[in-house]
Amino acid sequence: MADIIPPGGTRRVLVKRHSISVRVTHWINVICLSFLLLTGLQIFNAHPNLYWGSYGADTDTPFISIGSAVEGSVYRGFARVGGIEVPTTGVLGISSYNGQPQQRAFPSWLTFPGYRDLGAGRNWHFFFAWAFVINGALYWLWGFLSGHFRRDLAPTTEELKPAHIAREIASHAKLRFPKGEEARHYNSLQKLAYLGVIFLLLPLMILTGLSMSPAIDAIAPWLVDLFGGRQSARTIHFIVASLTTGFVVVHLVMVLVSGVWNNLRSMVTGRYAIKLEGPAL
Amino acid sequence: MSTLLTRRKFLAGSSVGMAAFALTGCDLPGGSESYRRIIKMAESLTQGTQRLFLSDKALAREFTEADMSPVFKANGTKHPDGEAYARLLETNFSDWRLVVDGMVNKPLSLSLAELKQLPSRTQITRHDCVEGWSAIGKWTGVPLGLLLQTAGLAPDARYAVLHCADKYEKTLDDSGRYYESIDLVDAFHPQTILAYGMNGGTLPVEHGAPLRLRVERHLGYKHAKYLMRIEIVDSFAHLGRGHGGFWEDRGYEWYAGI
Repeated sequence: MADIIPPGGTRRVLVKRHSISVRVTHWINVICLSFLLLTGLQIFNAHPNLYWGSYGADTDTPFISIGSAVEGSVYRGFARVGGIEVPTTGVLGISSYNGQPQQRAFPSWLTFPGYRDLGAGRNWHFFFAWAFVINGALYWLWGFLSGHFRRDLAPTTEELKPAHIAREIASHAKLRFPKGEEARHYNSLQKLAYLGVIFLLLPLMILTGLSMSPAIDAIAPWLVDLFGGRQSARTIHFIVASLTTGFVVVHLVMVLVSGVWNNLRSMVTGRYAIKLEGPAL
Repeated sequence: MSTLLTRRKFLAGSSVGMAAFALTGCDLPGGSESYRRIIKMAESLTQGTQRLFLSDKALAREFTEADMSPVFKANGTKHPDGEAYARLLETNFSDWRLVVDGMVNKPLSLSLAELKQLPSRTQITRHDCVEGWSAIGKWTGVPLGLLLQTAGLAPDARYAVLHCADKYEKTLDDSGRYYESIDLVDAFHPQTILAYGMNGGTLPVEHGAPLRLRVERHLGYKHAKYLMRIEIVDSFAHLGRGHGGFWEDRGYEWYAGI
């Protein structure tokens, strides 16, 4: 560095954080995943029961279900997982639509379109699924070819040591984030979370989605078997979508608490500000 | 100043993403032409890609009796309204005839007994409803390809349209009548049968008696029930609202392999 930081002083420098490829594919992914979630919940609402195995319909026992029941004149919404039932009136099973209570698994504000329309929900789901797959394939290709995965995301042996990870979890819990030179790179929790989403959750979304297609059943029956049958694939699709949504929630919280404008700038312009410290006095 | 600019840039960049949330709960111009065009693009991509990997004769998974659903859910029309169907049912479909016409060399009119004398195929397959549920059942029927070979297709023939006895939407005119269409790849597929038997017995009324289509590499709404007539056409634009089927006319994909 040509500039010398005076002893005891700090200097704020803008470093190049995200390449143009990461930034463009990131924001396209935001649009795709938002629509995929909302249209996915619209599709789920058409039959809000999830089964295990090849088949599953009204008379079969669901593994997860969202529904409602009338008791006297009172509607009650519930979600069931296995034998556990959770009351969810107002949000799941029964919620307000245009001021009227309506029996629907996920509420209007979580589905696209907001009104019930399985056909439109499916049309948009598959449109954004294609955009998501093409965008993701380009990102993967670029990630391998440019060395992005190896350079930025592959954790070092040191970072994988339990003691190191434990230390990072502890400082994350105290909302203390890496500063200075350390902030030039992703920390190991970030690396592991991003790798999990890029190489596990999102590919699983695509594969379980494909497994529900009756034509794929003839093209690649082994894929359907891999997930334990079509209804299991539908259940896993829902669970992995929930995990992906969970990741997004944590990701957004982390963006907010670790310097929201700095993070947003880095994902828009690519530049991230770090504070470098001069030598100790 | 620089912060302002980056914020503005950010807002511009993310506004499209935000639109995803803003649009929730709002109505979309569902019937508009540009909407149809965008959606059609994705559907063509799906059909093209699936057909690229799907050989014309690749079979849908077949199961064993042990895999069958204890109860096969009946969906859609469970008993067609009207005098005409009631009379057919009363006489155990002895007066019923399946007509095969349109762009064929030799139109056919077959009774149920005549259909049952033709070579048959029995298959245990999984029925996947567009709503998301599945049921496994056993179907027995005559391969559609066999009938089409007997009738002989005109060179321009492209689709088989299945006309049904039921009106799924109650309308005064005929616009609520159920119909479906499949292309010749699916019409000649070995598992595409006109089923008169289900789970070892006669096809029950709730599942489409006397005859229903099984087109196993497609979703349930393609499997038209209560068949009356199979019309061979080069285009389905003149039928219903022009999209090739009852549900297609109401916004669902014509290609139901997904």
